Amino acid sequence: MSNQFRETPQQKKQLENVFKELKNVPGSLMKAMQKAQDIYGYLPIEVMQRIAAACNAPVEEVYGIATFYAQFNIEPMGKYKVGICLGTACYVKGSGVILDKVKERLHIEPGHTSEDMKYTLEATRCIGCCGLAPVMTINGEVHGNLVPADLDKIFAKYGD
Amino acid sequence: MLERAHIMVCGGTGCTSGNSRKVLEEFERKLTEHGVRDEVKLIMTGCFGLCARGPIVAVYPDGAFYQHVKVEDVEEIVSEHIVKGRQVTRLLGSERTESGEVMPINQTPFYRSQKRIVLRNCGRINPENIDEYIAFDGYKAYEKCVKEMTPESVIQLVTDSGLRGRGGAGFPTGKKWLSSYNAKDDQKYIVCNADEGDPGAFMDRSVLEGDPHSVIEAMMIAGYAVGATQGYVYVRAEYPIAVQRLQIAIDQARAYGILGKNAMGLGHAFDMEIRLGAGAFVCGEATALIHSIEGHRGEPTQKPPHLAEHGLWGKPTVLNNVETYANIPQIILNGPEWFKSMGTEKSAGTKVFALGGKIMNTGLVEIPMGTTLRTIIEEIGGGIPNGKKFKAAQTGGPSGGCIPASLIDTPIDYDNLIAIGAMMGSGGLIVMDEDNCMVDIAKFFLEFTVDESCGKCTPCRIGNKRLYEMLDKITQGKGTMEDLDKMEELCKYIKANSLCGLGQTAPNPVLSTLKYFRDEYIAHVRDKKCPAGVCKALLNYVIDKEKCIGCGMCARQCPASAISKTDYVAPGHKLPSMQIDPEKCVKCGACMSTCKFGAISKK
Repeated sequence: MSNQFRETPQQKKQLENVFKELKNVPGSLMKAMQKAQDIYGYLPIEVMQRIAAACNAPVEEVYGIATFYAQFNIEPMGKYKVGICLGTACYVKGSGVILDKVKERLHIEPGHTSEDMKYTLEATRCIGCCGLAPVMTINGEVHGNLVPADLDKIFAKYGD
Repeated sequence: MLERAHIMVCGGTGCTSGNSRKVLEEFERKLTEHGVRDEVKLIMTGCFGLCARGPIVAVYPDGAFYQHVKVEDVEEIVSEHIVKGRQVTRLLGSERTESGEVMPINQTPFYRSQKRIVLRNCGRINPENIDEYIAFDGYKAYEKCVKEMTPESVIQLVTDSGLRGRGGAGFPTGKKWLSSYNAKDDQKYIVCNADEGDPGAFMDRSVLEGDPHSVIEAMMIAGYAVGATQGYVYVRAEYPIAVQRLQIAIDQARAYGILGKNAMGLGHAFDMEIRLGAGAFVCGEATALIHSIEGHRGEPTQKPPHLAEHGLWGKPTVLNNVETYANIPQIILNGPEWFKSMGTEKSAGTKVFALGGKIMNTGLVEIPMGTTLRTIIEEIGGGIPNGKKFKAAQTGGPSGGCIPASLIDTPIDYDNLIAIGAMMGSGGLIVMDEDNCMVDIAKFFLEFTVDESCGKCTPCRIGNKRLYEMLDKITQGKGTMEDLDKMEELCKYIKANSLCGLGQTAPNPVLSTLKYFRDEYIAHVRDKKCPAGVCKALLNYVIDKEKCIGCGMCARQCPASAISKTDYVAPGHKLPSMQIDPEKCVKCGACMSTCKFGAISKK
């Protein structure tokens, strides 16, 4: 794999603290994985192995959970996470067209990260701002009532 | 000291996305600047419901309801309204009374047919302050249960009220509680399903964001009734604000001794914690949700055994949805007769709907059961934008169906919706107009369920995939009439044989669109046309040669070099008009958005 796993001593320490904190909590495997992802941004195999050891579960189970749920990433993410809402309210108001335009612009398919690690594109589930449909989020910031022509201005903020 | 005015700024997700937090900060600054900060209470509340006109700011006691409030508007509201007592009418919406005055907000079409029971505190209290919930009779219902009622009589009262599960299936809540009560075990659990996964539904989120304590109190009541001491709320991770506010509420309730070993000093133990989902729609299914709380893959398992006997960690478990819980404290305080006085005979009370799609007033509405779709769309929703025609409403998300315009006068309750092939669902109500293609919508939902199917059982995993492929074929203009019959047969097979609710209901959007919009399917199959103009493969962009002035802008925009000059010069124009070669056209629509003369259309 091209992306070598690297971690800072703080990250390592934080993860150890998570294990301590969850030691006696029933059903804590998923919680541990969620906290680990908060720390590292994704779940590298090295981290999954540590979680498995700490929670006394086989690595297969950890991997199985990571691949079952949409919110776990086993690949590193881009600097900016672009999410196009494909909830029904957004879809009937044209978010499919917005997604197509963003795909063209970033040259990536949903679920993928651009080669320069700048953008990760995701087609998200309803984020609940249906009053602003169609919406796109970039690192959590919501852009609403979108029309394709808005994209130039929005991406200009990120240097594109 | 007693404040002379309360300013409530909406902190729901919709308004927050519209920058209401900055508005709140600006109020803080401006009130201080004008030296009136001590006289005014500034509160961030939960959702007011009228998301389409957010961010919303309400000022009491005057009841001014400011809409689309921007940071720049705050100075005017403070200097005019707060300091001088003159309301800023330009921000008060367009509704006027007969005498031309600004209409009080509760008389506007959006609010006057609503009845807010579940949402009673949303937009009224600060959800991050337990004292405000307590001031509005908070935790009184729990106190009443423990002090004046036996667990059996609590269950009886809930049964008598006729409350049915608001997650969509409509199972009687009292009956559920009774089964758990009857199951004998040393440990039982109360679980709240806040994994609101239906796209376009945000009722539960708004309750958790606007009134989290009502859910905590209801779970405590359920705990007392069935004999459980531990609760879990399973929230989807896409709802960060809801999670944060619920956590604050739990922490405050603990600090006040409301949650704990001796809850409210009344001799019963109850505590609870939040478990986060991680993005799997199937986890809204009861057994899958339980497995996810236990920390496993959220795959459903066979029922029975039912959760009431064999639930979380094999113990008897009560699982209700957020909205169901939010009704409980009010039912306890006001009695079953009060609750039954609202709604229809078999569906008591109210229902919260998230109104979205092609409708003026997108937002959150709570109506008595039995209200017609017409009232919701035409009165509360303010009708369809841009003068378009109402085509259908979709309820129940990917598990539900469509209500066509011909059935707009159907009174909405559990049984009526099932009878017409839709379902209540958790409460997403998406309005569609003539520009929406029903085949495309069915395909959209199928794509969703195919993606979210856990893959455990074959009918759902493979059946829905095949169904999706057939729909895709039809939208590509390659379907046959035979496919329509095959689809219907496959739908029935999937419904009958899938393991859990996801698979059993996944074909519903297809079945109901086939039932009410079969002609639209036939247009795709036989005439190779998409009447709504959505399905790209069936569309052709054409240039009206009489309108085209021959400027050539479209040809320069075309990425496929599909546009060329003709020999024809329209009367009154100087240059020959353009034409599109349908063979080369990639149907991107760039030409149409470029043309300033409205000469290009899709047919």
